[in-house]
Amino acid sequence: MRRLRWGWVAVAAIPMVFIGYFFVYPLVRILGLGLSELSIGASGVEERLFRVGWFTVWQAVVSTILTFLAAAPLTWAVSTFQFRGRRVAMALATVPFVMPTIVVGAAFVALGFDESVVAILAAHVFFNVAVVVRTVSTLWSRIDPRILDAGRVLGASNWQVFRTLTLPLLRPALAAAASIVFLFTFTSFGVVLILGGFQYATLEVEIYRQAVDLFDLPLAATLAVVQLVGVSGALYWYSRYQERTAVAWTLERGTNLRRPRGRAKWGVATAVIGSLGLLAIPLGVLVGRSLSASFYRDLFSDDRVIGTPIASVGNSLLFAIIAMVLATSIGVLAATVITERSGSLSRWFDLTLMLPLGTSAVTIGFGFMVALDWPVDLRGSYWLVPIAHALVAIPFVVRSTVPTLRSVPAETREAAAVLGASPFRVWREVDLPLITRAGLIGAGFAFVISLGEFGATSFIARPNTATIPTMIFRLLGQPGASSLGMAMALSVVLAALTAGVVLTIDRARFGELGSF
Amino acid sequence: MLSVDRVDVAIDSKRILEDVSLHVADGEIVAILGPSGSGKSTLLRAIAGLVDLADGDVRWDGQTIVGTPPHRRYFGLMFQGYALFPHMTVAGNVGFGLRMGRADDIDRRVSEALSWVGLDGFGPRQIDSLSGGEQQRVALARTLAPEPRLVMLDEPLGALDRNLRQQLVTDTRAVLEDREVTAIVVTHDREEAVALSDRLALMRGGTIVQTGRLEEILETPADDWVENFIS
Repeated sequence: MRRLRWGWVAVAAIPMVFIGYFFVYPLVRILGLGLSELSIGASGVEERLFRVGWFTVWQAVVSTILTFLAAAPLTWAVSTFQFRGRRVAMALATVPFVMPTIVVGAAFVALGFDESVVAILAAHVFFNVAVVVRTVSTLWSRIDPRILDAGRVLGASNWQVFRTLTLPLLRPALAAAASIVFLFTFTSFGVVLILGGFQYATLEVEIYRQAVDLFDLPLAATLAVVQLVGVSGALYWYSRYQERTAVAWTLERGTNLRRPRGRAKWGVATAVIGSLGLLAIPLGVLVGRSLSASFYRDLFSDDRVIGTPIASVGNSLLFAIIAMVLATSIGVLAATVITERSGSLSRWFDLTLMLPLGTSAVTIGFGFMVALDWPVDLRGSYWLVPIAHALVAIPFVVRSTVPTLRSVPAETREAAAVLGASPFRVWREVDLPLITRAGLIGAGFAFVISLGEFGATSFIARPNTATIPTMIFRLLGQPGASSLGMAMALSVVLAALTAGVVLTIDRARFGELGSF
Repeated sequence: MLSVDRVDVAIDSKRILEDVSLHVADGEIVAILGPSGSGKSTLLRAIAGLVDLADGDVRWDGQTIVGTPPHRRYFGLMFQGYALFPHMTVAGNVGFGLRMGRADDIDRRVSEALSWVGLDGFGPRQIDSLSGGEQQRVALARTLAPEPRLVMLDEPLGALDRNLRQQLVTDTRAVLEDREVTAIVVTHDREEAVALSDRLALMRGGTIVQTGRLEEILETPADDWVENFIS
């Protein structure tokens, strides 16, 4: 019994120490800095803070509303009808969502958008349409069709059925999608940094400006605190709302799709082709323009920035492999701890591990910059980038392994133990084979996240070890058509790498729906 | 008076109903009796306008209603499994049809409909707090509340256990007679069909094989299958 407990502590300690030192401790330092050296009161600071905060909130609200409007036709089509190419349409609509934000930003620059609110909103809609389509259609396609038929027989027109029955029944999914889109756009960094110019900044972008460009760390810390309060508030509201609207739905196990006939056929065709056509434009133009001159060859030779742009691909792949190994091993250990012990301690642990997801990548990068000078100064270390990437990825690894582990009945483990297996042997014989597949999927996620990570990296990447996203950002910041062309070419390289890995994960999952 | 005239229905190019004809006089209650999969529910859905006809005609008082959408037919359909609206209260469910028809005095008519089925005071209750028998009564009240010109009940007691069924068969029949409604009841249970209706229509393989009162059918069964099924 005693030995089991010590082995247990050792297993739990690794993720605890990692998260504690690289996430919780920096967060505490930011809080300390932001609250103690409060720079509020200095002239103009409050006004700036208010302006940035106001812009952050309203652009997130407007982006969320516009995303719902843009997603509505496609959501309706895939939730109500079965048609040839439905799955393909869903997959294609998801492509923008898996693209790194830097690629989305570059695509809208390639489209000819210039630093404006319209560009920011358009990019946010483009990126988030898939969240609405997938989250809402999962529920919509499972609503018992007899409930809607009952409404029609009782005298409700199609519109009345939608307004009084379908829409209220979809409320949980609508709230979930709205919360996710709001959080993504509230904490939007790459897109706003590229498309907002100096005029428009979200809290995320302003933290970066104050910390990296102006080196006003106390003000940046204050902004980070404001940001954390906003995000926690949104998450709190969402969890309360979910509790209040928890109704035992009489959902069908399968989906209830029907074949479109008559006028509906035209409606579906218009919705699907129109939506996908619009979504295809930004990436299509990006690819097209990147091919218009010898930009890809320039990636290998141009040396105006430090090192050739193509060198960033090697850096990124190396970082991604390290981050993947770190995130997968720590994430799987953490998942084991969470599932094997029930009770408040394990729930608390679960929550702590999810925190990096709720805060933002910028906060993680900023935290490294502020805090990792103790006990030894790590801030110049090569390892910081993959560690930051691993932090961002760990919640995804945990989320993809915990359900698999929970699906093992306790008796299976007990049977193995009674047959003489030590706790470690039980884990190796029972759990490990099961989590291998889930772990591999988590590893794939970690790899993709690392490839596209920009928020944290922008704080800690050193000039000679630029990743693909930081290199794209640097190229976009340089004058001249050739720099822009190389930025577009490198964005296409990143997009292709990302799409390749995501496609592999998707095949491994046999098309099952993941939760965001 | 309802006339179903030589109706064919196909779903996903599979023929479900074939050459079905049925007449229901005003104030009459007809039971459609047949094994599961014989097309009973589809016939109700066709009359309600929820599925399109491949051929044939459905008329009310001699006027065709084939092009009329379900919400303008003023028929009532109680679904198998009830299909209650889970996000509304009992009163919200029962009053739904009245609200769609912009009726006056909705509150009074809702409590009236609830008293028909013996659920006085259940208005503010949530649907998921009801027992199976109570849900059946709410579904019945919801169907009857707008006073539709034709009431269709699809396996109205199908989901309930035996004891409850016997009680509710009597109650349901009493409510239908009190309201003097024209009704079609679908069931696979012979006793239920006889207890609830004035006349039977036997259905098999997507078509109606014989109609008449129980005694008539017992006396001159149309074929061996009918004879076996009914006795």
